[in-house]
Amino acid sequence: MSAPLLEIDDLRVHFSTDEGVVRAVDGVSLEIAEGEMLGIVGESGSGKSVASLTVLGLTRAANAEITGQISFEGQDLTAMDDEGLRRIRGNGIAMIFQDPLSALHPFYRVGNQLVEAIQVHRDVGDADARARAVELLELVGIPDPGRRMGEYPHELSGGMRQRVMIAMALTNDPRLLIADEPTTALDVTTQAQILRLIERLRRELGMAVIMITHDLGVIAEVADRVMVMYAGEAVEAGTLEQIFYDPQHPYTWGLLGSLTRVDQPRLARLAQIAGQPPSLINPPGGCHFRDRCPHEFAKCTEHPDLERRGGDAGHRDRCWLAPDRKREARVIASTGAIGLEAAKEPAS
Amino acid sequence: MSSLAESGPVPAGAGVGAEGPILVVERLVKHFPIKAGILIDRQIGAVRAVDDVSFSVDRGETLGLVGESGCGKSTLARSILQLIAPTSGSVRFEGREVAGLGRRAARELRADMQMVFQDPYASLNPRKRIAQIIGDPMLLHGIVERGEVKAVVQDLLETVGLNPEHYNRFPHEFSGGQRQRIGIARALGLRPKLIIADEPVSALDVSIQAQIINLLEDLQEEYRLTYVFVAHDLSVVRHVADRIAVMYLGKIVEIGPAEAVYDTPIHPYTEALLSAVPIPDPRANAARRQIVLEGDVPSPADPPAGCRFHTRCPRATDVCSTGEPLLIDHGGGHHAACHHPLDRA
Amino acid sequence: MARYIVRRLIWALLMLIAVSGVVFILFYVFPSADPAQLRAGRQANEDQIEAIRESLGLDKSVLEQFWIYLKGVFTPLDLPGTDSTGPLYLGHSYQSNADVKDVIVSDLPATALLVFGAVIIWMAVAIPTGIISAIRQRSLLDRSTMITTLVFISAPVFWLGLVALYLFAQDVGVIPVFPGIGSYATADTFLSKCASMILPWLVLAAATAAIYARYLRSQMIDVMQEDYIRTARAKGLPEKRVIGKHVLRSAITPIVTLLGLDVAVLLAGNAILTETVFNIPGIGAETFNAIKRSDLPMIQGITLFGAFFIVTLNLVVDIVYAYLDPRVRYE
Repeated sequence: MSAPLLEIDDLRVHFSTDEGVVRAVDGVSLEIAEGEMLGIVGESGSGKSVASLTVLGLTRAANAEITGQISFEGQDLTAMDDEGLRRIRGNGIAMIFQDPLSALHPFYRVGNQLVEAIQVHRDVGDADARARAVELLELVGIPDPGRRMGEYPHELSGGMRQRVMIAMALTNDPRLLIADEPTTALDVTTQAQILRLIERLRRELGMAVIMITHDLGVIAEVADRVMVMYAGEAVEAGTLEQIFYDPQHPYTWGLLGSLTRVDQPRLARLAQIAGQPPSLINPPGGCHFRDRCPHEFAKCTEHPDLERRGGDAGHRDRCWLAPDRKREARVIASTGAIGLEAAKEPAS
Repeated sequence: MSSLAESGPVPAGAGVGAEGPILVVERLVKHFPIKAGILIDRQIGAVRAVDDVSFSVDRGETLGLVGESGCGKSTLARSILQLIAPTSGSVRFEGREVAGLGRRAARELRADMQMVFQDPYASLNPRKRIAQIIGDPMLLHGIVERGEVKAVVQDLLETVGLNPEHYNRFPHEFSGGQRQRIGIARALGLRPKLIIADEPVSALDVSIQAQIINLLEDLQEEYRLTYVFVAHDLSVVRHVADRIAVMYLGKIVEIGPAEAVYDTPIHPYTEALLSAVPIPDPRANAARRQIVLEGDVPSPADPPAGCRFHTRCPRATDVCSTGEPLLIDHGGGHHAACHHPLDRA
Repeated sequence: MARYIVRRLIWALLMLIAVSGVVFILFYVFPSADPAQLRAGRQANEDQIEAIRESLGLDKSVLEQFWIYLKGVFTPLDLPGTDSTGPLYLGHSYQSNADVKDVIVSDLPATALLVFGAVIIWMAVAIPTGIISAIRQRSLLDRSTMITTLVFISAPVFWLGLVALYLFAQDVGVIPVFPGIGSYATADTFLSKCASMILPWLVLAAATAAIYARYLRSQMIDVMQEDYIRTARAKGLPEKRVIGKHVLRSAITPIVTLLGLDVAVLLAGNAILTETVFNIPGIGAETFNAIKRSDLPMIQGITLFGAFFIVTLNLVVDIVYAYLDPRVRYE
């Protein structure tokens, strides 16, 4: 097997603030191969966005302490100087964001923003850059791209804006696209369009994608492999099938159990996760999830590593429960549905 | 088959009880004028946010109101509560006409019809303590005496799953989910019969969403509440709603019992909308056929003639661009407005 | 865009007429003292005052007076009781009997030189200071700059002016490097006029530069949090370009509004303290004298003229703003 395109090893990003040290990312390791789509799922504050911004060096600041290794095509990005990183941004690795309206500069025409992205990494004239920009808009499915070039972001619909963002990310044929909640701000039919588009581009251009989302539905639709994050760390990682049909970590069970589904009538009361995520300033020692976990036992005061425990090859998690116990504890309904805690069956 | 737009009955729940519906909305219209002019603005058009909408809600049921942004669902919710004055049409609550009521009478009625908002950050006054946020409306409506407020507020906090000892705290001391609980306690304090929840969980994380949905269901059972649940998330609505109304560009295009609408949609828009929702189950996802609609929703200021969906509809024919389809009953209280209804196989 | 400008223009014109009306009411309908008496002086008898009242048209009805006044301000039509005609006929000074318009026109160059010179200095100081403080947030440089600006904002102009004179003026200063009080009146070339303005410029610019620097700093800090700045960085733009183009463009836009209004207000006579301290024969100093002598036509003329300036620059600001922020063009 060839070396992975991107490999992150024990990444930690700590910010010192007036209230204390915020351990925004506290132990993330992952690898992604050429052309693969990795889904990172987690709730707000889980560190998924900070981790991905750190790949591009966008969290570098006076109050940030970044440790661990990020190697991309053999280069260590954490050790690289700002100028070196800048050459990779928007070039080898591109990124798109959640809200395409606020992510585009309101004062500049769409075309100019695209041209700028092209010219920063390539020595091309204005005419060539504009031609390339039109080509990119066409590639992402924007009708009448020549006219759209002259428009401002506020003149476009939400879906169009996200397409423009994607076009901008594609300007320099990146090997890796990091998509941070790219469809969260969009309507569901537009979301379907954008997910299709990202999927198509990945296939056609052979680039790898990291899809960051809070929506397990989106993950289920597009990802090859999944990493589940909670309170700054990866609590479980595996293939799509492993995570959805053989989840090892109680937090993953909780997420799966608390989901509503459009294709099934209500089966049971939602299996909620009690309580709130822990503070990132003073996370509890041991397993970060133990305060909210009904299956907590003595061992949980020790901090578990992310490693293969009960799952198949390539399936890693951070839960001390014995594999047999896990298989038993995660089934919450007579239907075999997975959740954190046995739920009430519906009355009727 | 009866046609609503002429005189027919308002689409109602399949099992309208002896009590009759608690809320009847008939031919409700809300147009926002578009004004322009060199010197003095005059009206040059209108955003037809809600355009001739009729439905009813039975006591104790949950009506889910779904649609994409700009379809008019939030405007409809606010027009029912008279938070914005409807342009025309009628809203009857327990048989009483609400549209066009004076400020005072509307306020009284509003105790019976409460709203829970989307953004738990914006909808609570940051300078007020929880005790005031929940207690003041109750005092205003004369539901409690000043002396009992504290005890009643603490009861309410307990009911919505918050620590009663926290009645003296400020909103910023709570997390998003807890704030939404405060918003629910505030609404509940007025002992409403109907709660209109406008995207009550869409600002919350998945695990917190589940907590709030469960809470709303428990409260419904305990107080026999009626809900109008406005949301863009069709999975959440499927979980909570007994009946569903699907809106597109200011119109209800389909309304009926939840299972019927979800399992055998009649309107092509409903079908496309449902198929666009990702299912958190990779095998189920792979097995289904997804319809991806092309293009964007047209502007509600200039909606297409005929069927408003015809510009994006895979089944559209000539008749769709000329004649506006009426909302007709396809049996079992399942209504849809389409010239080419889907087979209900 | 054209439509937007036309709309703004028409509003500006209406605004001018409205402002003229307000000024008329202030000075004609509610006079603080009898204008005829003021004009006649202390030794005048009843008949003389009556004659003056007639010559000033004060015996006519209020509406008639307003009509004459509007005619004088806006049209070139003949006016009763004077050989002068409009537009911009604002009456004659009670003191010197000079046409108010001529007085203002002759005062304007000094004020304009003072104001525009000061604008150049304060923008030249404020923009780099604001930018550097914003990108080096909380650094020693930022902290010390911000404290210095606070000192200048707090210092009253007349005090700062006197300090400047005692330190640097050639006539009274400890380190006599710059021309001092009254040097403008004797300066004959443009360059020597500019030289005489150096101290007033610095004094007038000091507080405003400080305010602008702080404002620009806070604007920049806000803009740097925006998602589109993150996008600019994610594209791989060099930091210089991110700050110099993407951040600055957004941060500077509200400053344009501020600048337009400040210039208007200063031209309208708000440089009164600086002009008085340095004895510069400008609009501000004229205002000071007119008020001291209850010279109603002068005060009224300067007020109206100032209002015109503010309305006009407001129009300019609106148009420039619409040019800078495309979202404004579509109401």
